[in-house]
Amino acid sequence: MKYFLLTKNTNFQSLIVLLFLSFLFISCNSHEPTEPPLEIRFEPPAHFPEVAYDLNTNPITTEGFLLGKALFFEGDLSRDGTISCGSCHIPTSAFTHHGHDVSHGIDDRLGRRNATPIMNLAWHRSFFWDGGVHHLDLTSLVPIEDEREMDEDFARVLEKLAQNNDYPRRFERAFGSPEINTVSVLKALSQFMIIAVSANSPYDKYARGEALLSDLELQGLKIYEEKCASCHSGTLFTDLSFRNNGLFPKPRPDKGRYEITLNPDDEFKFKVPSLRNLRFTAPYMHDGRFRTLDEVYDHYESQVQDMPTLDPLLRSENNKLGIRLSSKERTALTAFLETLNDADFVTNPLFQE
Amino acid sequence: MNYISKNIFFVLAILASFLLFSCNNDDDTDSLTPDIEEGEVGRMRFEFDNIAGNRNLQLNTGTYQTASGEEFNVTTFDYYLSNFVFIDKDGNEYAVPQDESYKLVRESDRESQFFGFDNVPAGDYTAVRFVVGVDSLRNTKDISERTGALDPANGMYWSWNSGYIFVKLEGNSPAAPENQNGEHIFRYHIGGFGGFDSPTINNVKTVEIPLTETAVVRKNNAPLLHFTVDVLKLFEAPNPFLISENPTVMFAPFSVKIAENYVRMFAFDHLH
Repeated sequence: MKYFLLTKNTNFQSLIVLLFLSFLFISCNSHEPTEPPLEIRFEPPAHFPEVAYDLNTNPITTEGFLLGKALFFEGDLSRDGTISCGSCHIPTSAFTHHGHDVSHGIDDRLGRRNATPIMNLAWHRSFFWDGGVHHLDLTSLVPIEDEREMDEDFARVLEKLAQNNDYPRRFERAFGSPEINTVSVLKALSQFMIIAVSANSPYDKYARGEALLSDLELQGLKIYEEKCASCHSGTLFTDLSFRNNGLFPKPRPDKGRYEITLNPDDEFKFKVPSLRNLRFTAPYMHDGRFRTLDEVYDHYESQVQDMPTLDPLLRSENNKLGIRLSSKERTALTAFLETLNDADFVTNPLFQE
Repeated sequence: MNYISKNIFFVLAILASFLLFSCNNDDDTDSLTPDIEEGEVGRMRFEFDNIAGNRNLQLNTGTYQTASGEEFNVTTFDYYLSNFVFIDKDGNEYAVPQDESYKLVRESDRESQFFGFDNVPAGDYTAVRFVVGVDSLRNTKDISERTGALDPANGMYWSWNSGYIFVKLEGNSPAAPENQNGEHIFRYHIGGFGGFDSPTINNVKTVEIPLTETAVVRKNNAPLLHFTVDVLKLFEAPNPFLISENPTVMFAPFSVKIAENYVRMFAFDHLH
């Protein structure tokens, strides 16, 4: 297996080719509108685990990806044309609504949870903070139909796209038929999201033996391994499980995973978020309550609430709660977490509107 | 073996052979059920006729009363039926191919209340079994295997908690609390297929309904089974409840009680 999109070369070379092709696209565009000479392929990074998404059900093509991208930034997915997926999942913020604790959707209605990043989702088997959706193809229905986000009937989305001058042609190119239906819309959006792979951070280069980390970053890596990696594990930096990390419940408590399973053991559990791209994705936690990593450290150090469903890993032998982090450890840990920021991912022209 | 038991055995054996003989006789003389050719198939047709007690259900304009005396009207009444099985007089079962078995019946769409299945083996059917809702496995299949009646764009799908709404009943009732727009709306969206990887509510229900008239399926005989679906039963046994106390029930433990009620909505009425 090779890395990233395009070519059978290394990640870095891919990126160069990609950038070069994108420039071609831009320069072509300025003269005459022609199709971009892109070739999109999904090639899982070698140091990543096995892909969860069954690509046989949705073979990635350049046309499918470009259609998915157009849909991702399409305002007509919302009731009044004002909100697209990209409104709250901004590519330069690793597809989050950077700076917003919760997003404001249609009519400035406020959502309930922090917009999750769209990255490396082909490796996930459940989606959103509560894992209520079990397949990537089904994720796009949620914001479209949520009355606080895009507030539109999916059937009306299909009608609007069919009436658009452009889309039937695009669907024909992508799927061989101008018919616009639930399956083709959702599969196209999945293609765009599947290609959104973040695997070229300084840490990734270190993991592939292409670069070194500084002493401080290596100290941070050790602290991460000791104190964080049991939940934020592996190359995805999440074990994809649902856990209660002891956040103080708000006056109208969000019970997270419980709302999906109705199992009291799942109260206040949320999906463990990845530690990748934290520089671009603040604020943190399911409700965006912490603006900085220091606030997150403070929480784990001294604010963890004792609850029946609190994760056992946050309970030490003498029943002390939380994770101790000295200021020296914090500095090193932050230096390490910085190495998980993938500038190539957030600036990749392939994903920009 | 002593004398008495020998005798009883003898009498029983004679009785049994008479029974067998008389059964055979019946079959031979039954003119209602024409002979079946090898490999003969036919069509079985259905009508699902929504009613409220002894009245036909009329969306919006009809006013009805629950057994507890609460008045209401109905603005939406939609439900999924699937996994049809036909049982003949000898207990043989024929299952409709699953892909073809998913039906979304809507009170607002008369056509949806009539459907049929072809290629049903010729036979004399005395019972029908079906799932009210969508089986768990189909809930988890790739979206490309969930088209037509199962399209999530049909408005019978929970996007936030992936899964079909099996039965949707909405309407107005003075018993329902007033909302911010001054309306008194009740909403029952009942679903829950048991969870994808963590167990949760499972409201997938199977009902088996004996047919009081035999449905004779032949190449040239396509019986139409007329079922009634009584919306009042949703509020009644085995878990009678008040709209005033439960005006909105969706993905919540109480939905299990409503599902136990609504399987009793379905009754065989007559054969065309």
